[in-house]
Amino acid sequence: MLDLGILFPSLLNGLTTGAVYALIALGLTLIYGVLHIINFAHGAALMLALYGVYFLKEQLGLDPYLALPLVVPAMFVLGYGLQRVVINRASHGRDENILLVTLGLSIVMENLALLFFKSDTRTIDTAYTLTTIPINIGVAQAMISLPKLVAFGGALVASALLILIVGRTDLGRAIRAVAKEKHGAKLMGIDVDHVYAMSFGIGLACLGAAACFLLPAYYVNPQVGNGFVLVAFTIVVLGGMGSFTGALLGGLLIGMVESLGGLILGESLGQIGIFLIFIAVLLFRPQGLFGAKT
Amino acid sequence: MTALRKEMLRIALFALVVTVFLSSASSGVALNFVMMALYAALLAQAWNILGGYGGQFSFGHALFFGTGAYMQAIAQMQGGLNPWLALPLSAMASAGVGLFVGALSFRYGLKGSYFALVTLAFAEVFRIVALSVPFTGAGVGLMVPLREGFANMQFDSRRGYGFLILALVVLALSVTCWLQHSRFGAYLQAVRDNEDAARASGVNPFRIKLGAIALSGAFMGAGGAFYVQVFQYLDPGIAYGAHTSVEALVGAIVGGMGTLWGPVLGALALHTLADLTRNLFGQLPGINMVIYGTVLVLMIMFAPRGLSGAGKSLRALWKGRTP
Amino acid sequence: MTTRRQFVTTTAAAASALAFPLVGGAQPKTVKIGVLHPVTGSLAYSGQQCREGALMAIEDINKAGGIKSLGGAKIEALLGDAQSTPQAGSAEIEKMNEAGVSAVVGAFASAICLATTQAAAKYNLPHVVDVGVADQIVERGLKNTFRFGPGYRKCAEVAVANLHVLNTAAGKPARTVMIIHEESLFGSGTANLLARELPGYGYEVKEIIKHANPTRDFNNIVLRMKSVNPDIVIPANYYNEYALLVRTMQQQKVTPKAIYSVLGGAASSYKFVKEFPEAANGIIDCNHWFNPKDKRSADLKKRVEAKGLFFSYEVFMTYTAMRVLADAIERAKSTDRAAIIDALEKSAFADHIMPYGATKFVNGQNMGAQPLMTQVSKGDIKVIVPREYREIDPIFPLKA
Repeated sequence: MLDLGILFPSLLNGLTTGAVYALIALGLTLIYGVLHIINFAHGAALMLALYGVYFLKEQLGLDPYLALPLVVPAMFVLGYGLQRVVINRASHGRDENILLVTLGLSIVMENLALLFFKSDTRTIDTAYTLTTIPINIGVAQAMISLPKLVAFGGALVASALLILIVGRTDLGRAIRAVAKEKHGAKLMGIDVDHVYAMSFGIGLACLGAAACFLLPAYYVNPQVGNGFVLVAFTIVVLGGMGSFTGALLGGLLIGMVESLGGLILGESLGQIGIFLIFIAVLLFRPQGLFGAKT
Repeated sequence: MTALRKEMLRIALFALVVTVFLSSASSGVALNFVMMALYAALLAQAWNILGGYGGQFSFGHALFFGTGAYMQAIAQMQGGLNPWLALPLSAMASAGVGLFVGALSFRYGLKGSYFALVTLAFAEVFRIVALSVPFTGAGVGLMVPLREGFANMQFDSRRGYGFLILALVVLALSVTCWLQHSRFGAYLQAVRDNEDAARASGVNPFRIKLGAIALSGAFMGAGGAFYVQVFQYLDPGIAYGAHTSVEALVGAIVGGMGTLWGPVLGALALHTLADLTRNLFGQLPGINMVIYGTVLVLMIMFAPRGLSGAGKSLRALWKGRTP
Repeated sequence: MTTRRQFVTTTAAAASALAFPLVGGAQPKTVKIGVLHPVTGSLAYSGQQCREGALMAIEDINKAGGIKSLGGAKIEALLGDAQSTPQAGSAEIEKMNEAGVSAVVGAFASAICLATTQAAAKYNLPHVVDVGVADQIVERGLKNTFRFGPGYRKCAEVAVANLHVLNTAAGKPARTVMIIHEESLFGSGTANLLARELPGYGYEVKEIIKHANPTRDFNNIVLRMKSVNPDIVIPANYYNEYALLVRTMQQQKVTPKAIYSVLGGAASSYKFVKEFPEAANGIIDCNHWFNPKDKRSADLKKRVEAKGLFFSYEVFMTYTAMRVLADAIERAKSTDRAAIIDALEKSAFADHIMPYGATKFVNGQNMGAQPLMTQVSKGDIKVIVPREYREIDPIFPLKA
């Protein structure tokens, strides 16, 4: 069923969709890479960020892209607080408990949203929601939605920023130290709890950015996060846990795999491509594309 | 009396108490509650065999649940098989899937989060495939015809189902008990605690883990078959959806992994919590689940080694020893 | 022994009753009705809309004097949360049964209804199904189950027949069809039926696209649509996906001759029309709809909107389901379950705002139940078929 005529625009669509996936995966890979926890609450946190963007637009008329400097720091604070106050305390450092705590948190977050924001699906309307940009390369033609192109750019910028932060700053050095060797880092005087919280905060801040880029082309309701969790996990594993380049490239790749799978096998069965890749990577190259071999 | 005898006696006592309750209770609410609590306990126990005793955390136990459920439905509807015969078949099918996934995962040395994620991925793959193949009814799902009667494993009241699930739970408890005292179980726990050391002492970790995943899968599949008999409608979301995977692991971890009674305790506690909160503040939907999630987090905060661990600590405190 | 059992059952009943949020307060003489919907979980929006419809109906009935044949007894609602799963739905039925309800209205989703009707059947508890379109619900021979609205087989048949009528009247401009459906029970079931019926009327089904719930992006599906270029696009999915699909079509400037929905999630939704007027314009839907000629529908719509809610099908379906039940209780002159079931079986209730005529249940299905064809026109939703309920002339095709 491969329709060559729409192959080019389909792949471009996949790239831009994958960019949003990458934004979501960036935060997850940092959280996994440093804290070694599989954050079950990632989807619910994305949902909260989306509501933030929504209300800023509805109540204050603030454009989602302009809301970035508000939403990103707000999500950082939320993440820092959650890790420091709840997750750290509740889990006593045991892995299986952390996963249950994040699970419990996701239930609480989703239902608080249900309680306060009700169950209606909300969308925003902006001047550019319906704009498409033509991209022509030779005979191949495509009309790509503008919000998705902006999301693509946003993902590139976010990845670059994260790589800079973790690679060049003192905080980044501390993060890398804690990720590699927690006890050694502690002995060197690094405040591990603080670093953990900072990492979780940055992880959620990425979700804030993802939300700003996602909402113009999508919607929000209390369950919206659930649809992205599995894809995000796949990308984190594919890219290599803890690698930002991996999350970015993995996201783009998975986006394209999803498009291609949809073209060849149909939209429902085509989803299988994502998970077959997931399994293949786990079996044959668990460190992912860019992860360090443990 | 050996420890094994003592534990078997406790299991027998448990079976007796529940049997008496099931026989004498007339409240549909109570019977349904006990049935669902036992059902949750079976799922948790199944998970516990692989996760608690084997140390391999699975996030995709729905894989075995759904396989067992579909096998039970398909064997009856398309194979004309009697449900009582279909039940062991479903357990075996799930065990088979367990062997397949286990062989792949363990052959390639997947451990920890990697193993957890691969089980999740397999569950998703099965779900997506189930949506497209005709013999699972695809998206429309399968509806086992309503035909009450003991021979048809469909009972007119929850009492009958209660006895059935009790039997499965007692079987799972007995197998877990055996696990705690057998050589296989010892090897399994050795592999859990230190796989390399175990291999060095002559244990074959691959084969041991395979055995564990097959056993775990079999019980989970039995749980799936049971679900189909009670609720009769099955679709890919119900069969392979994440909520069943979560239900299994939550019960086991909250109750205490790697213990005999942990899963039963955890399942009972969580089920009671869910039941109590379901209609709290019913006019404002959502509050009930907020309370549930909060209590879950608090449970983990104050009983990090699970409820049975907390129980041990309390008992030790009571006896004047340090926990 | 008997006294102890009585004690246990009575305390259990009292405890169960206490477990429910009581609406309307405890009156000396009331008729307890269970109102069971998925108000949390993935179906929360629909469940809450259904509950709203039920409560408004109860309010209206009580205000008009309650159940007169029982001395003006008021209806007391026992609210239940099915939590979007069949297990929770069943458990709630058990509790409602022990709390002494005379009947249950619910549970919106087909999968949940399958479980709740069966659980209720054990106690011969009358269960009026408000929405639940799967035909199996009323085909299992359960004597306690009554569905007032149509199932998806009826909706698909009506849709295909009416498509042919519209197309023929316009000179047969449309011949090719593309079906886009969600992957679970209602979408797949509807798509299967359509795929079977359409060729018989001379239509070519060029492609059937099944998509996931949720689908994060419809760009590729719309691309495929551009490439296949069907005359008619038939979507059968839930609100979120429907809205995203149609918005994407608008963005990619894909305009088929008609968007002809069958149980389309957003196709006859005031919410969708209000939020996306351009994308919604001209969309035809074959869906649950109220009788536009009955003035009471407009009144009810106004009341619902005054509460800040949309007048969605969940509201009026459950509203009328409750009305049918109340009428049966009135005629049964009793809160006895068997009497109510008997009264429902003999129901000829015609005093409702749905386009069903006089009620007649055969094996639990109301034979007069039918969907209506609506079209979005000038920011409002109007009925186009059948003629007796027509508000505006259909615009078909949308473009030549």
